[in-house]
Amino acid sequence: MNKIKVLDKKDNVATTLENLKSGEEVLYKVGSKTEKVTILNDISYGHKFAIRDIKKGSEIIKYGEVIGKATENINIGNHVHIHNVIGNRARKNCD
Amino acid sequence: MQEMGFSGYRRENGRVGVRNFVGIFSTVACANQLTHQIASKVKGCIPFTHAHGCGQVKSDLKVVEEILVNLIMNPNIGAAMIVGIGCEGVQASKVYEKIAHITQKPIEYIVLMDEGGYKKATQIGVKKAKYLFDKISNQKKEWQPLSELVIGIKCGASDTTSGLISNPLVGKVADLLVDQGATVIFGEVTEFIGAEHFLAKRMKTEEARMKLLAAVDDIERRIILTGEDIRGGQPSEGNIRGGISTLEEKSLGAINKSGHRFINGFLQYGQVPPSNGLFAMDFPGREPEALTALAAAGSQMIIFTTGLGAPQGFPFVPIIKVTGNENTVLKMRSHIDYYESFLSSEKDSEIGANTLLRKIIRVADGEKTKSEKLGFFEPTNIWIKGPVI
Repeated sequence: MNKIKVLDKKDNVATTLENLKSGEEVLYKVGSKTEKVTILNDISYGHKFAIRDIKKGSEIIKYGEVIGKATENINIGNHVHIHNVIGNRARKNCD
Repeated sequence: MQEMGFSGYRRENGRVGVRNFVGIFSTVACANQLTHQIASKVKGCIPFTHAHGCGQVKSDLKVVEEILVNLIMNPNIGAAMIVGIGCEGVQASKVYEKIAHITQKPIEYIVLMDEGGYKKATQIGVKKAKYLFDKISNQKKEWQPLSELVIGIKCGASDTTSGLISNPLVGKVADLLVDQGATVIFGEVTEFIGAEHFLAKRMKTEEARMKLLAAVDDIERRIILTGEDIRGGQPSEGNIRGGISTLEEKSLGAINKSGHRFINGFLQYGQVPPSNGLFAMDFPGREPEALTALAAAGSQMIIFTTGLGAPQGFPFVPIIKVTGNENTVLKMRSHIDYYESFLSSEKDSEIGANTLLRKIIRVADGEKTKSEKLGFFEPTNIWIKGPVI
């Protein structure tokens, strides 16, 4: 099992507490269920990756809550960060 | 089971301190150097300086004056000297009068222009500071129940471990403290944005709920009015490096540190809580202003979670730095007081919370925090909302 946290069943991203390499297959738990994902980018300690395919414009969910939306299509295993996510709050243009 | 407690200085107004300093308080930015100079020459003295106190609208000068009064009333301060230059908006003599009416703590003030300049004012200031130190140096600590604790909670240089590990841990400690009848204060209203619905549900009264939501609305509107992209400011460059992608993500992680209990009220910047229990307060995330708010409210200690290793201390309030980042605890060991690893079960986090609570009690009893050992606590500031004029 890798040091990866999924905080809520609704989440479409996971947070890794170890450095992950592109192509690596990782195991993590959602509740009591073990899941498997192939990582598509190098992902640093503390960063997030998608555990579901996320379409451009749709919500990013962590803690079971909306943390922003996708600015491009994101595939399972992709790094999810400021290059493909934008927040909705305290911003003039929510695009 | 024996009741848990700590040793503290009981002040004449009933509040309890865990340290006993002579605080040297600057009324205005221009008196900061004199303040430092005096404090550095006398044992037991600690300076508090800030960037304001003059050239501001009246309401802001009033905030500076009130915050200085509340800081001097912090129970870790046994005696205080107020230092001014003479021409400023916040006059040392006026702060002195306000304080002298409400406390029996030994208080003095000094004004640079009245003494005929920097050198003379330093000499006389040092003499007065020595007198103040003598007045309080025989005070003794006594056993106090945990209900006498007033603890501030803050996070800084957050990364995703803050939301996953250190903030939930501190939230559990906040619950333990509130259950013991202690007082706990948290804030950082910018980091309520995107998570305010959780806090709103926990507010004890409708009035407090409306106040909290209005403060969130106010800060969000002010940010939008600048016309600028908030990213880089919030989340900061450090937050982004640590894996936090948006303000909402940061907020949802940050509010974990407030635990799960009802929130008794929403306090003004630096306001002393009217009762025990959990309180939210109006202050921004930035440390120099945020830590001052918690100190002015009367916090004896501050628990400060960090991902990347925020180094800030505060002159007279011990700050306990907590991280859940295994790299930070190694690299920033000289600043970190408590490390919690990946919490894999509910049992782990119970044990962690009780261990951290014991650490807090040891610090109350006199164990020095890393920032106290380093003497690292600059700069401090007061939060004002209007322009410098």
